[in-house]
Amino acid sequence: MSYFLQQVVNGLSLGSVYALMSVGYSLVYSIMNFSNFAHGGVIMIGAYVGYFCLTLLNVPFFIAFILSAIGSGLLAVSIEKVVYRPLRKRNAPFLYFIISAMGASIFLENIVIASPIGPTFRSYPAVFSTEPIMLGSVALGRIDVLMLLIAGLSLVGLMYIIEKTKIGLSIRATSYSIRGSTLMGVNVDKVIFIIFMLGGLLAGLAGMLFGMKYVVYPQIGNITTKSFIAAVFGGLGSLPGAIIGSVLLGIIEAMTSGYLSSQYRDLIAFVLLIGVLIFKPTGLMGKVTEDKA
Amino acid sequence: MSWGYISGILILTGINLMTVLGLSLLTGFTGLFSFGHAGFMAIGAYTAAMLTLKLKIFPESLAQVQFFMVLIAGGLVAMLFSLIIGKLTLNLKGDYFCIATLGFGEAIRLILDNVQFFGGARGLSSIPTQGTTTLTNVLIINMIATSVLVLIIRSRHGRNMVAIREEELAAQTIGINVFKYKLISFAISAFYAGIAGGLMAHYFGYIQPVMFKMVKSTEMTIIVIFGGLGSVSGSVVGTILLTFLPELLRSFANWRLVLYGVAVIIIMISRPQGLMGGKEFSIKGITKVLKKGPKGEVKS
Repeated sequence: MSYFLQQVVNGLSLGSVYALMSVGYSLVYSIMNFSNFAHGGVIMIGAYVGYFCLTLLNVPFFIAFILSAIGSGLLAVSIEKVVYRPLRKRNAPFLYFIISAMGASIFLENIVIASPIGPTFRSYPAVFSTEPIMLGSVALGRIDVLMLLIAGLSLVGLMYIIEKTKIGLSIRATSYSIRGSTLMGVNVDKVIFIIFMLGGLLAGLAGMLFGMKYVVYPQIGNITTKSFIAAVFGGLGSLPGAIIGSVLLGIIEAMTSGYLSSQYRDLIAFVLLIGVLIFKPTGLMGKVTEDKA
Repeated sequence: MSWGYISGILILTGINLMTVLGLSLLTGFTGLFSFGHAGFMAIGAYTAAMLTLKLKIFPESLAQVQFFMVLIAGGLVAMLFSLIIGKLTLNLKGDYFCIATLGFGEAIRLILDNVQFFGGARGLSSIPTQGTTTLTNVLIINMIATSVLVLIIRSRHGRNMVAIREEELAAQTIGINVFKYKLISFAISAFYAGIAGGLMAHYFGYIQPVMFKMVKSTEMTIIVIFGGLGSVSGSVVGTILLTFLPELLRSFANWRLVLYGVAVIIIMISRPQGLMGGKEFSIKGITKVLKKGPKGEVKS
């Protein structure tokens, strides 16, 4: 029983970090209707910013978190400015967005490899002791608890911004109809700036958390495929969907590696993706879009 | 640069061209995007390699015949998979179909990675390379493939596909079976990718699941876009350029992929129609350009 509970906690903490990333996807998808494959690069840069803050600058732990979030946020916003804005002004079809996103992702990954940072695997300095916290008979890894806490808090913060503030209102309005909200005086450029900023900030946190749990390397961004699956699973374009999808995916993965074999973890994730797309393409709670064709 | 090296790159170009031609039909002429064609290449490669390694019905003297049979078998198995996947997912709209193919491609790779029958992560090795994927064979296959593709595109079926790309709803209204033509286009492109996979297996002499990552699919799609959507000659030129360029830039090793990423973004922003932009090379067009000078409009 305690083994089962432990897997649940592992799954929850993994899922909550997936959620940090998949809300970034979902926010962009809800307004711009394309899958932002450059998100992985943003996460990777966040992981590196956190790493260098801790090793070179020796800043306190929580400052490093904030700095990596800001670093990723700025990067996400500049990708939007340089890569997507020209396409947006031209009303380019979504394919061009996807391909440019791929280009940006190839660029980010390889500029890190080509720079002095290089392709080496780097592990974060030990911030916490590896000794688990015992809760009854369930052993909780300190990093897992931290992942769950930080991810949970930031997601609550995000939901607050989206649901309760004026900016959130304009984001929600824009996701219904870009044209309608423009007519109502919403500055769409500003809204898009904000969603990239929010997505980037959370991606930075996710990057640093992943870096601490595993190691930092230029391909760490590939982990976003998972969060992307989670976003589809929950329903692209829906924030609660992305969060629920991520947590479920995290638990499914933890259970697979706990009871079957960790080899099948990725396979199950992709099979789940295809299954969802075949049987319920809108996901658990995706927004229903009326496409002309 | 020795001839061996150049002919090696030419063979690689030919292999890439097979997949690119198929994707050109799917993306350039039917308007569907796939990020899973590496999966079809993998299926073709593994089928061909397994058949060559396990089946020995043909005598030594007919090795060439066997090679071609094996390639076609690989293509057909890939096609079969594409029909199943297409049947299930071609109803999905743009982005979702893209994602479904992505999931399919990765799932195929992970299955190959985990099933010991297919050699697991180490893949299959000691596939005969002598007299199989030679430059001559690749050239012959490429010529046949290009001609067939051009014939398809010029036929009624090809025009139906273009109609679907231009305006799906309108195409449906005038009585084109949109789903059927999407499926045909998808299946043909998978067949081409399968053959490319078989060629690849017999060129390298070994195959591993790592060779068929999503990056491979993206790379192929990028070539199609770089060459120009809706242009077969664009795809050919794009493949030659984008296979040779990285080889020439090999001394910059690390920086070449950085440049590659930047190039993709710049093309998307500044010349989204690609190199050829829906136009084809033709003798008529070239003479027109020569007469009017380089700025003349080419309409062919």
